[in-house]
Amino acid sequence: MRREHLLLGLLAAALLALPLALDRYQTSVLVLVFLSAYVGQAWNVMMGFAGLLSLGHALYVGLGAYVSAALFVHFGVSPLIGLLAAVAVCVGVAMAIGALSFQFRIEGVYFALLTIAFAEVARIGFDHLKWTGGAGGLFLPVAGSDGQWWNLRGGPLFFYYVALAMAAAAFALCAALRRSKLGYQWLAVREDAEAARAVGIDVTRARMSAVVVSAAMSALGGVVHVFYYNNVFSAQIFDMTRSIDIMLAPIIGGIGTLFGPILGAFILVPLGEGLIFATQALGVNAPGAKAVFFGLALMIIIFLAPNGIWPSLRKRLGIGEAKP
Amino acid sequence: MSLLKVDGVTKRFRGLVAVDTVSLDVEKGAIFAVIGPNGAGKTTLFNLIAGVYACDGGAIHFDGARIDGLAPDAVCAFGLARTFQIVRPFPGLTVHENVAIGALLRQADPQAAFAAAEEVLRKLDLWDRRAQVASSLTLPDRKRLEVARALATKPKLLLLDEVMAGLRPTETDRMVEILRMINRDEGVTIVLIEHVMRAVMALADQVHVLNHGASIAEGSPREVTRHPQVIASYLGAEALG
Ligand SMILES: Nc1ncnc2c1ncn2[C@@H]1O[C@H](COP(=O)(O)OP(=O)(O)OP(=O)(O)O)[C@@H](O)[C@H]1O
Ligand SMILES: [Mg+2]
Repeated sequence: MRREHLLLGLLAAALLALPLALDRYQTSVLVLVFLSAYVGQAWNVMMGFAGLLSLGHALYVGLGAYVSAALFVHFGVSPLIGLLAAVAVCVGVAMAIGALSFQFRIEGVYFALLTIAFAEVARIGFDHLKWTGGAGGLFLPVAGSDGQWWNLRGGPLFFYYVALAMAAAAFALCAALRRSKLGYQWLAVREDAEAARAVGIDVTRARMSAVVVSAAMSALGGVVHVFYYNNVFSAQIFDMTRSIDIMLAPIIGGIGTLFGPILGAFILVPLGEGLIFATQALGVNAPGAKAVFFGLALMIIIFLAPNGIWPSLRKRLGIGEAKP
Repeated sequence: MSLLKVDGVTKRFRGLVAVDTVSLDVEKGAIFAVIGPNGAGKTTLFNLIAGVYACDGGAIHFDGARIDGLAPDAVCAFGLARTFQIVRPFPGLTVHENVAIGALLRQADPQAAFAAAEEVLRKLDLWDRRAQVASSLTLPDRKRLEVARALATKPKLLLLDEVMAGLRPTETDRMVEILRMINRDEGVTIVLIEHVMRAVMALADQVHVLNHGASIAEGSPREVTRHPQVIASYLGAEALG
């Protein structure tokens, strides 16, 4: 444990000071890294801890983005307040999905399909919802609000620290959950729901709480996403590729681990950015070239570390995770 | 005083009557055995008691409360824990975690649950294996883990489904010893399904015999083993080998 704490302390200090050495672009890449780590951590609560595969996690990010942005645009509601509404909406939807699945015993891949279905419904629904700009998207006013931190207005440096704090908080929250009674119940349900029932665990309640925690966390991810980009389009934010992006960091980093989503984000986001430059520099202009290289890189990583990078790295470093 | 009272329960699987109006009366503090040939309905009876299946008829009372119709987790919370004949450990978790999760039923604090689990693990000779992942255990150790995890929920009554199967004679004797200790020292009532007659004879106060879903005999081990119908349908077949 000591060694881990020391590593964590060093990492925190380095990350706090890092923007001093970065330009605007590099800072913005790290914002994406932290946001990816944050939402990956939320996804991991469902899949990694409770064994519930969400293939439509963009749903919660998108809802969080739309709710907070709409409240801000139409009523001037600060996103700090809008966040509460965003969380409420996401939790409500999550509970509806949970109730539907767990009531009708929709499990495994069928549950995963249901999560996609809900994300698709949201995508199409928001495409037609005039109040949030329909297919044309919703735009936040940018001018004259610089430095209004309570309205989440600021540049990459501001969002660097916002996203860093979120990633750190999500890590701390998940670490605490992982060691809590609820966390162990999630693991039990993930490993064998029938056996979990036999030791007195209310499986439906455990699953529901995982969905709710994950959705609530994701809502904040959506709020910050939209206030960082200043716009949101239903066709993008709810898209399947977005859901896949959300899952990739924790999958590559190590499903069910605490460092996996962070490590995965630190590898995948810069990799994606780097490939954009590399394909441009090499003069490869074929559409999808970046995606092909990205896919190849993923295959190599999965081949080298089939259980995720963090578990194999951890073994090499000789450190444990989340043992009482 | 009777702790578990099963009143004419029936369970049908489509055409098959797996359990046919079976009644049991298990005294508090007793060790009660359920025996019978393969497919007799023993495990199905356990699943009815544990709340895995709903009864197609009859009633089950435990510790004064009616428990048929309750979900398995609610039954366990009432103080009725079970093991699975086909063992079901939490495969990716350590032995210690497996048992601590059982202990968490009565313990909100994980730290305390791990401490409680240590006690149980030592009792079942699994303490040395505590850091091992459950999926890496041998079958006898998995059987022990089943008992340990169930015991960690602090039950009033343990339903043990063939926990001796696959054990070597010395291991069987050790398990008999452990079960006796759990029964005597902690006052846990035990209902066990067992094919190993040596263990049944050594442990049980009362034996209930099922055949084709129906009860054919009940009594002390000596009475039951002399019962002509039991010899014909079960013991005889085994004795003839
Ligand atoms: N879920 C099920 N669906 C359909 N039939 C079942 C089911 N479970 C058990 N059965 C049938 O019910 C009968 C009783 O099975 P059960 O498992 O209770 O027997 P058992 O006495 O435990 O046998 P064994 O000694 O082999 O464990 C068998 O014919 C079995 O095939
Ligand atoms: Mg059986």
